[in-house]
Amino acid sequence: MTTAPVVSIAQGTVAIRSENLCRHYRMGETLIRAVDGVTLEVRAGEFIALLGSSGSGKSSVLNLIAGLDRPTSGNVIVQDRDLAKLSREELAKYRLHVVGMVFQSFNLIASMTLAENVELPLRFAEVDRGKRGALAKAALDRVGLGARMHHRPSELSGGEQQRAALARALINRPQLLLADEPTGNLDSHTGTEIMDMVREFNQQMGMTVVMVTHERALAERYAQRMIFLADGKLIDDRTNAPSGGQQ
Amino acid sequence: MKIPDLAELALRNLRESLLRNSLTTIGISVGVASLVAMLSLGIGLQQLFSRRLAKSGLFDTVLVTSHRDLRGMGRDEERNGPTPAESRILDEAARVEIEHLPNVLEANPDIRFITELRYDGKPHLTMIAALPSSAKSNDAFEGMQGNFFSSDAAAEVILQKTFAEELLGKAPARGIDETNVADLAKPLLGKELTMRYAQRASAPSQSPPATDITNIGDNLASAAYSVISREQKLEIVGVADLDPESMRGPARAKVFLPLKLAESLHVMQATDLREISRAASDQPVYSSISARVKNPAQVQLVEDAIKKMGFGTFSILDASRGLQQVFRVLYAFLGIFGSLALIVASIGIVNTLVMAILERRREIGIMKAIGASDGDVKKLFFAEAGAMGIFGGVVGVMLGWAIGQVINLGTNVYLKNQGFPPEHFWAVPWWLVAFAILFAFIVSLISGLYPAGRAARLDPVQALRYE
Repeated sequence: MTTAPVVSIAQGTVAIRSENLCRHYRMGETLIRAVDGVTLEVRAGEFIALLGSSGSGKSSVLNLIAGLDRPTSGNVIVQDRDLAKLSREELAKYRLHVVGMVFQSFNLIASMTLAENVELPLRFAEVDRGKRGALAKAALDRVGLGARMHHRPSELSGGEQQRAALARALINRPQLLLADEPTGNLDSHTGTEIMDMVREFNQQMGMTVVMVTHERALAERYAQRMIFLADGKLIDDRTNAPSGGQQ
Repeated sequence: MKIPDLAELALRNLRESLLRNSLTTIGISVGVASLVAMLSLGIGLQQLFSRRLAKSGLFDTVLVTSHRDLRGMGRDEERNGPTPAESRILDEAARVEIEHLPNVLEANPDIRFITELRYDGKPHLTMIAALPSSAKSNDAFEGMQGNFFSSDAAAEVILQKTFAEELLGKAPARGIDETNVADLAKPLLGKELTMRYAQRASAPSQSPPATDITNIGDNLASAAYSVISREQKLEIVGVADLDPESMRGPARAKVFLPLKLAESLHVMQATDLREISRAASDQPVYSSISARVKNPAQVQLVEDAIKKMGFGTFSILDASRGLQQVFRVLYAFLGIFGSLALIVASIGIVNTLVMAILERRREIGIMKAIGASDGDVKKLFFAEAGAMGIFGGVVGVMLGWAIGQVINLGTNVYLKNQGFPPEHFWAVPWWLVAFAILFAFIVSLISGLYPAGRAARLDPVQALRYE
């Protein structure tokens, strides 16, 4: 995998746009407004943080952008695709080729080795077996786990697992990296390690990054923009000069 | 997802919960084994019957009868063919013509008559038939005690086992169908029988009676014959175990004479009286002719050719067609009972896969989050169901085959103790192996329908939240 900056999307064009985005669901008698009229724009190559306390709807917004969930009303447009109008099949393709996801709990498949976990998206993309091995190796090398590719996730530390998850998220070279509390299960040192990698991808590959977190300090160190949510509504949207790392 | 990837993932998943999936697969194996056992029993029995029929040596024989036989009972050829009165007579000319048909080896008059045989001063009434020398190769005489006729005109006789029993006054013991032929043959071979029969003798040429009806002519005169009672001594040379006449039903003979001898005796035939009004001369008219065909496959052709000549035909093919119908029904029944266990096993597959969905909920969510489509997830569960089906099918076929071998062995040990030759009741042909595995595969896929659909519809957000 090349390490040279690949900026496929011109900086500044709109990568994600949501208009009056709502996601309501019913729980017994009560209607829960997880996302309630969120309108926002994310430019290509931006690193933004979605902040808010638990239940603020930040993860729900992320799931809607990821195409894992469908809005109740309003729309999400990612690179000129109106996700609400895509079929289930098209949404799967979108998740496969456009989005890379990282979760708080890593979400590696326990029965598979790291290499198998990382190449799983390539299987869904029907990439040839011969190519897959090399791509998975390169992706794991990139996150510093090349030597451990035949280990199972349970044999690795949390930080290593999250690095493997990052490798998996990047293997299909997505334009969008969505991270849901990526450091939530990690100590601050390994958390920094992971965040440095995410920033590296953002800067070198021109990847748009949307990160959900409840740690304001983390957002201030890495994000160019911070969006605050509460009760499913957008309450603040401010630009930030990231303080961390070599920036 | 590509099929090799799908298969690899499916096998990996099956290995993950090895015990549960093995148990489910064993369930399928038992189902397939019962299906294979049932059907192979049916096939084995059919083959056994077919072998028995083949041994009767009549698969290559076409029986030709005249339409003047009024026993057509409204069959097709009876309705569509010429009326009995107009139809051809089965005489020597017809026999020669049939013998010269393509694919026909020989055509022999079927001489058979009921008459009295004396043995040890006691009369016995039975059906006697003439056998051509070619009948020697007939499988029915394979296990015969004694020898076949020394010549085609020898004053010798072969007895069918049941008649030998009658001569000796031995009834088969209760509970056992067959008595031992060797025991029957010993006191009979070389002994003499006296056959009493009615000879048809040509009447000496005499001047036509004084009459004004001139157009009756010579034909009628030459058709006259007389009937004389005669006796013929015959030596018993053989006792046959099997019945070479099994296809003739009630007309089957129990005593056999060499053909040339039978012809030379000019025994009065049942049809003689009927044909007297038409027979052109004192040439014999046959009640039926057996035509031997080169190859059983050509029986139908020869039958058609003979029917065109204006005669009726019958062959064992007609009889075996009915038998096949019976076996088809038997297969259906055995198949239904055999499949029951497989259907029960298929419920096991549904159960296992539904359990797997619950266990692998999160995994399904992850796969969907990283780009698996509904179709991918569905195919994965189908592949798992199919793999269990194929494994179960293969193991089941082996199990079924083993059960068959054991039962076959057991039955043959029993048969041997009872003094019977061993038989194959069990047959597992290749098509049954392929069919059983394919059937298990299809049943498993059908069982996978519901779980696969359910897994595919799983909401990834909820699945990922699930711990």
